[in-house]
Amino acid sequence: MKKTNFYSIHQKLGAKIVDFAGFQMPVLYSSIINEHKAVRSSVGVFDVSHMGEVYIRGDKALDLIQHITVNDASALYDGRVQYSAMCYPDGGIVDDLLVYRVSEKEYLLVVNASNKDKDVAWMKENNKFGAQIDDESDEYSLLAVQGPNSKATVQKICDKNIDLEYYHFFKAKIAGVDAIVSRTGYTGELGYEIYFKGNEQAAIALWDSLFEAGKEFNIQPVGLGARDSLRLEMGMCLYGNDIDQTTNPLEAGLGWITKLKKENFIAKDVLVKAKEEGLKRKLVGMVSEEKTFPRHGYDLSLEGKVIGKVTSGTVSPILDKPIAMGYVPSELSAEGSKVNFLIRGKEFPATVVKFPFVKKG
Amino acid sequence: MNFPKELKYTTDHEWLKVEGNVGYIGITDFAQGELGDVVFIDIASDLQEVAKGSSFGTIEAVKTVSDMFAPVSGKVLEVNPKLGDEPQLLNSDPYGEGWIIKIEISDLSEAASLMDAAAYEAQLGH
Repeated sequence: MKKTNFYSIHQKLGAKIVDFAGFQMPVLYSSIINEHKAVRSSVGVFDVSHMGEVYIRGDKALDLIQHITVNDASALYDGRVQYSAMCYPDGGIVDDLLVYRVSEKEYLLVVNASNKDKDVAWMKENNKFGAQIDDESDEYSLLAVQGPNSKATVQKICDKNIDLEYYHFFKAKIAGVDAIVSRTGYTGELGYEIYFKGNEQAAIALWDSLFEAGKEFNIQPVGLGARDSLRLEMGMCLYGNDIDQTTNPLEAGLGWITKLKKENFIAKDVLVKAKEEGLKRKLVGMVSEEKTFPRHGYDLSLEGKVIGKVTSGTVSPILDKPIAMGYVPSELSAEGSKVNFLIRGKEFPATVVKFPFVKKG
Repeated sequence: MNFPKELKYTTDHEWLKVEGNVGYIGITDFAQGELGDVVFIDIASDLQEVAKGSSFGTIEAVKTVSDMFAPVSGKVLEVNPKLGDEPQLLNSDPYGEGWIIKIEISDLSEAASLMDAAAYEAQLGH
């Protein structure tokens, strides 16, 4: 089991540690609800160093990325980030990822930890272009600083003015350490992700600087538990729950990143056809007024018949009611459609709503 | 973690406090820690009796849901009325304000056969 450079800090803070994607990661420090609310109201820090960082380099870098991803990476410019996905030829999703254009000949792909080895193998298998593929995951630490006070916090220890637009990044020094600072995140809040290399001692020093900078905002460490509830309130997909090799990006609501007009890419023909024929099912958000909570894997029902499955579900700490994502037949996917959560043999009425569950001002 | 000596314990991580033939039932400090933030206690409103070892309701936490099992059999006298508005009492005060149900114990020998604090702690591997 791997440990991130912040493991000793998590232990010292009394985190509950779980095995996740081959890493010992903090699921919570004190309370998922409190950590969740800290991010929504002020600022929180997540150790997400388990994520995979894979560089694609060389003259053919863009050609490989265009071939294996569904979004149009040719629209990127230096310092721009793009959300994308890789598909199998049948349209099933290999992984969702972020694509960073560092330069014309250097791209950074950030992938899910649980899929990293599979992803790198997939990139290599499809690298008929001869691009250079460098898995640098083990060298990188990654901290996500998220929440309305994230900017004021990070600015204090950044040597550049961090007026970054959403999904933009630059290289800067954070507490004196060379880093990639990216205005991205998985919470729906203003936030930054800080990628940097270096040993445990350097990582801990950066963590300490960050917490010193955020002291006036009561900055909190946040575990994977709240990371999940925060992204779920925004209706953001989690690989392994809401998307996987059996779901295509169109039915998962990722049509906006699937550029079917792009010249060619793996699964294009299948996805074009699926769109023409009409999607059979769609990933939707559902809320209920009951006090019983839907969970991943629970059935969705209508008139006593199972019609789909919950892919993610929990209590929303902000709305204080059950929220869920799941696939339903397309005819039930419109806002306001009525379905039921089937929980321990009982039906609980739910309503299809638009994402996000929690609207941000 | 705290395991009061005056209580009896089950392998399912419930505790029983015996006062005469009245029993209070709750979940242990270990159990609340494993569950995390408790958001709802689901007990049937018409629950009249509980049977030793059988489920009498569920605890909904943010990350998971868990059944509650009766340590002993008995007639239900009261469900903690505070838990409706403050389910988090299970986290903050699992042996006090966070008690879950109060019962009239049918057979006190069932209570005597439960684990004491030392035995419970030992089986947790602490």
